[in-house]
Formats: sequence, structure tokens, C-alpha cells
Amino acid sequence: MSVEVLDDGRKRISAPLTSEDVRQLVCGDVVLVSGVAYAARDAAHKKMVELLDAGGSLPFDPVGAMLYYVGPTPEKPGRAVGAAGPTTASRMDKYTPRMLEVGIKGIVGKGGRGPEVREELKKHTAVYMAALGGGGALAALKIKSQKVIAFEELGPEAIREMVFDDFPVWVVNDCLGGNFYADTIKPWRKNELLPEELRLS
Amino acid sequence: MVREIDGSELTRVVEELCEEICYKVPEEMVDLMKAAREKEESPLAREVLDLIIRNQDLAAEGEYPYCQDTGSTVVFLDIGQEVHITGADVYDSINQGVRQGYKNAYLRASIVGDPIFERKNTGDNTPAFIHTRIVPGDQIRIQVDAKGGGSENKGRHAMLKPSDGLEGVKKFVLETMAIAGPDSCPPGILGVGIGGNFEMVAVAAKRALMRKVGQPNPDPRIAELEADLYEGANALGLGPEALGGTNTVLAVHVEVLPTHIASLPVAVNIECHAHRTGSRVI
Repeated sequence: MSVEVLDDGRKRISAPLTSEDVRQLVCGDVVLVSGVAYAARDAAHKKMVELLDAGGSLPFDPVGAMLYYVGPTPEKPGRAVGAAGPTTASRMDKYTPRMLEVGIKGIVGKGGRGPEVREELKKHTAVYMAALGGGGALAALKIKSQKVIAFEELGPEAIREMVFDDFPVWVVNDCLGGNFYADTIKPWRKNELLPEELRLS
Repeated sequence: MVREIDGSELTRVVEELCEEICYKVPEEMVDLMKAAREKEESPLAREVLDLIIRNQDLAAEGEYPYCQDTGSTVVFLDIGQEVHITGADVYDSINQGVRQGYKNAYLRASIVGDPIFERKNTGDNTPAFIHTRIVPGDQIRIQVDAKGGGSENKGRHAMLKPSDGLEGVKKFVLETMAIAGPDSCPPGILGVGIGGNFEMVAVAAKRALMRKVGQPNPDPRIAELEADLYEGANALGLGPEALGGTNTVLAVHVEVLPTHIASLPVAVNIECHAHRTGSRVI
């Protein structure tokens, strides 16, 4: 079992994740991620999909694995990692269905996902979670180690194996098709101050 | 009297600014974030703001940059017309400062040399995006901005019709923020340009972001528009990280320009909470 429920309601997870694990994570949950996640962003995703399209396999075992959308700053001497907050997830939307097909179960980034990705998360029983956007320094404290495992030539966009230590994230899109962003802003929108097109009912 | 300034001075100042701003945001951002925390109504948003404030404090200690996206380097140069820059090419001098600053301060190289073919990282965050203006005097003012790509991507630009008027402009600005949502890492700043032409309005929006955060435009009509847009943007309810709340923006800055009788250009440049800028006069 890779999901542990803490006394305060937060959930601690570590990869590899199973469908059963993913089903326990619902929109709005605060999750502490520990263990291995693979850092990959735009250029690495493009290359990974090219590899799969050519009949190859990924440079890591994707089954039950977690992806983290990040391109860290170079680490200072004596530090495991530099600033390492999440990057915008929707830029990876085009590649995500392919990643889910080969077994990725959890993704951490920032910002929303498109309807197609939300559907695919449902289909493959996978989860998307958001970390604190722009919180690069805080994120660094929650990453114990990292090493480049592929595409070194991409510099900050190389694929890294990172080891998280209770890295905090919010569940944004669960495997039931939920979308936390849509739900959570509704009570705070002041329709009376906004043009008609921007009102929420 | 012509005053000579050596190009290496530009290099030194740009290097220092790059190193400084990526760790320490302007004091106004710290104050405004604390003020937002005080007045925020959503409990979850208060937790988020606490995290952002901790991130500000931690980065300021100098071990980890504020954000892993240490930006494209945007440089605004106001060159006094009495200045003669010697010894090196102006733009080379600035790029050398970026190169050294990004290397010495362990900042991320985030620029690709061409946008569409190979997209190969240049490895040192050059070239900077440089805007020059010739001004009276014998000094150079240099402002450096490390602009994150996530919020930059959410900016929008439109050539409205004059008949769209003030309401059309307001709607466009608020729509831009609503669409940007969590991708733009709120709560930050909206830089709005109105008027000019196709390219000038975008630069005006960026220049609006360079103003001291929260300082209103000196023209009272524009200041009133800024206040309206501030209220409207916060009424969107996105809140910090767009997890719901009453603080979506910390400030709205508007700059206006004369325009053509046929035109009403508007541009919105969104800044995230990692607003990293600083300036020096030499």
C-alpha cells in the first residue's frame, strides 16, 4: 500500500502507485509525496514521445511511476538541488496521454489541465497534483537527491531521478474527473463586480 | 560635456542585478504579500500566502533562488544623451553581465537560440531582451527584470475598436486574468498598456510592470482605472495559486500612449508573485 493517511487528514504517497492507491486521492486532498519521481518538462517529453513512437522504451520504468514537471536551477556546492518548483502542466497536455498509456500513475506540476487530459486520467486511473507555483526555494527543501538519467544535453530540461521527502501538493484532477480549481474558486467570485461573461453560476 | 562610461561598467551592474534579484524580491512585494495575508478571507488561501511568504524569506537567505524559472533577462536602458559608451559594444556588455551573473549565482539558463527549429539552449541565458531609450542627462539608468515564462505565456494583446471604449478595455484585461488562472502563479501584478500601435502597446505593458509595485499612475484618471481593474481582478476569486480567495493580484499598473484615430490597442503582461526586478543609475 503506497498511501498512508495521517492524523491531520493529509495523505502520504510514494511510487510505484497502483490504481487502488490512485483511487484514494481525491480533489482538494493535501498529499505529501515521498520517494522517486522523474523530472521531465517540455523538451524531455517531446523526446520521450519520439522514443515511444520509434518503438523504443523510456529511460526509466514508467509503470506506476510519478512525473514531476520541473527544470531546476543548478545546485550550489554542497546542496542536493537548486530551486525546483513546478512548471506549467498544460504545456505537457499534448504528450500526457502517451505517458499514461505506458503506465505513469501520478503527475505533479502547476496549473490546470485540458479536458482531454482529465478524461485520460479517468481512463487510466491516474492523478494530477499541483505543487506551489513559484515556490522554488521551498521545493528544494523537500528534495533529498537528484541525478540526471537521460538527455543530459537538454541542460535544465534533462530527465532527472529525484527523491522527494514529504513534498506537499494538492490533488487537482483525480481519477473521477474532478477539477479542484473549478470548484475552489466558485465561492469567491463576486459576480456583481464583473462583466456578464466572467460571472460564474 | 560628454561623459564617458566604459562598457565594463554595464557588465558589472547587470551581473550584480541578476545575482541579486533572483534571490530577493523588491521590498514592496514582501509588504504587499503580508498585507494580502492580513486581509485574505479564504483559510486555504491564507495557508498558501504563508507558504509564499516563507518562500520569499528562504530565497532572501541566498541559498536557493526564489523560483527555478530565473526568467528571461529583460533590460531597460535609459541612456543620457551626454553619455559616450566606450571600450565595448553596449549590447555585448549587457549580455556579458547576464552570462556572468547567471553562472556565478547558479541561475537557470532558460533561453533557446531559435524558437522553432532546434530550440537549443544557449546555456547562459543570453541574449537578454534589451529596450533602449535616449533621455536627457549624462547618466545611464539600468533596470533588469528576470521574467518568468509561465506568467509571460499568459499575456494577451488585442487591437480593439475605439467604440469598445473603457468597458471593452476592462473586459479584455479581466478576461486575460481569468484565462491565465493558476498558470500565471498569482497573486502578482498586471501590467497593462493602452494605446500606441501594435508593438508599442506590448512594450508599454512591460514598462508598466517595471514601476515600483503598487505606486499609482500620476494621472488621476488612469489611477482610477488601475483601482477599478484591481477590484475587478480580485473579484474573479482566483486567489493565491488560483485555489480560491480574495487576493488574485497585488497591484495593477496601467500605462497609456497616444494612438491612431482608428485604433484602441491593449496589452496585458502578467507578472507572477515572483516579481524580480531592480535598477541602478550610473
